[in-house]
Amino acid sequence: MSITPPPSRPKRRDWVPGVKIVVWILCLAPLAILADRIFLFGQFTGGDFVDDPVELIQHWTGNTSLILLLLGLAATPLRRLLGWNWTIRFRRLIGLFAFFHATLHVLSWFVFDHQLAIGPIIEDVIERNWILVGMLSWLLLIPLALTSTAGWIRRLGGKKWNRLHRLVYPIAILGVLHFLWQTKLLECDPVLYTAALVLLLGVRWWVRKK
Amino acid sequence: MPRNHHPHPSEVTPESVYLNRRAFIKRASVAGIGGALIAGGVVAKQRNAPRVEGTFDDELTPWETVTGYNNFYEFGTGKGDPKKNAQDFKTDPWAIEVTGEVSEKRTFSLEELIDGLTIEERIYRLRCVEGWSMVVPWNGFMLKDLIERLGPTEDANFVEFTTLMDRRQMPGQNSPILPWPYVEALRMDEAMHPLTIMVTGVYGKTLPPQNGAPIRLMVPWKYGFKSGKSIVKIRFTKRQPRTTWNEAIPREYGFYANVNPEVDHPRWSQATERRLGEFFRRDTLMFNGYEEVASLYEGMDLTRYY
Repeated sequence: MSITPPPSRPKRRDWVPGVKIVVWILCLAPLAILADRIFLFGQFTGGDFVDDPVELIQHWTGNTSLILLLLGLAATPLRRLLGWNWTIRFRRLIGLFAFFHATLHVLSWFVFDHQLAIGPIIEDVIERNWILVGMLSWLLLIPLALTSTAGWIRRLGGKKWNRLHRLVYPIAILGVLHFLWQTKLLECDPVLYTAALVLLLGVRWWVRKK
Repeated sequence: MPRNHHPHPSEVTPESVYLNRRAFIKRASVAGIGGALIAGGVVAKQRNAPRVEGTFDDELTPWETVTGYNNFYEFGTGKGDPKKNAQDFKTDPWAIEVTGEVSEKRTFSLEELIDGLTIEERIYRLRCVEGWSMVVPWNGFMLKDLIERLGPTEDANFVEFTTLMDRRQMPGQNSPILPWPYVEALRMDEAMHPLTIMVTGVYGKTLPPQNGAPIRLMVPWKYGFKSGKSIVKIRFTKRQPRTTWNEAIPREYGFYANVNPEVDHPRWSQATERRLGEFFRRDTLMFNGYEEVASLYEGMDLTRYY
């Protein structure tokens, strides 16, 4: 009765959707840790007494956003160098979470540092180079987040969409510069982020040249 | 209890607030000192003093923050590094070299140097050049009293303070982030001002190493970096000494470093500050609210001498 199907490679179940759930959790975990440290005194995640909650919120969201941005930028080099084609399927999610944390970062600055007073916000942006580059970085992220859907890719067409999304390079450079610029002395973390960014951009350049 | 100390009303936390805090419990448990201070009048006296607009809610910063959130790059650049890395710091014995334009140049033991000077409590605002602040109950004596004892010569126009240089105990000194050792200095009239103190304790306890034990400077109207920690050398000079931050980044950090909401740091505003633990920023006060020092700078262009 049964007809043996023609021999074919067994179809493996797509694992990406399952892993996406894990990525969601990982991308939201920094917020949970932050909430625990500030509101629950680190009951679940440990950590020291928080002396300056606003500083923690701003550093934490800023750092998370930059890390995700750099991870998103790593997708293409990993695909090219190691043949990991799956990386591209997580890129949008990671990019959107980078935008999400960057938005929290900017909002916390609007609210805590300026109590939403628009005049002083604009004044600060204009007068302080490191704030200006940070703000530009976030503003440029907005169109990328908005056009991240399949509908927008179709509407713009692949070529146009790709060109628009190349904005991610200046965004990453401005973001890292923003971090580098606000430290009192050359500190470890911003230098590491800069090194990572240079590496990621360097690999692209090298791959293209080949 | 000396009564010659007349702090600015805004220096002191209203007693009602103050008595309720664990700070009080901690202080009172230090036999003698705490009780004497409160009974003696500094705090009680201040309660009747008129409050200054905008400063009435100066509440003591909790002990955990005062001793856990520190800029002391000799022990690392993170705010929590000093507490972590300074725990085994050796402060006994401690010697201090007194040199330069002074009648008797020699090295004193700490005990010898400060023996007989009156330790009192001073509640001061501390404003960091980075834009945060705290309110700290220091224990110390007036630098003026020490200087009078040391007897600088007529040529002494400045006094310079050098922090210990010890790469083994102070791991931060292994990285060349600043030209070590850390040096700070004051003009003589600033050093002789009754608000300028040498600190040996905080919250009625011996000064913890992360706060600059065993002895540090505290100049409440200047940004925190002016108040050198773990001092091993006091030198009186004729000319203005080089100072560490000024030498490292002269455009951003001047010799005077007076708290001034009108003179911004080149990269950020100094008009407001965040009191540690609070969510919203408050206005920064001229000379950190210690306006009685204004006469020291009369006629000086403070945007030039920042």
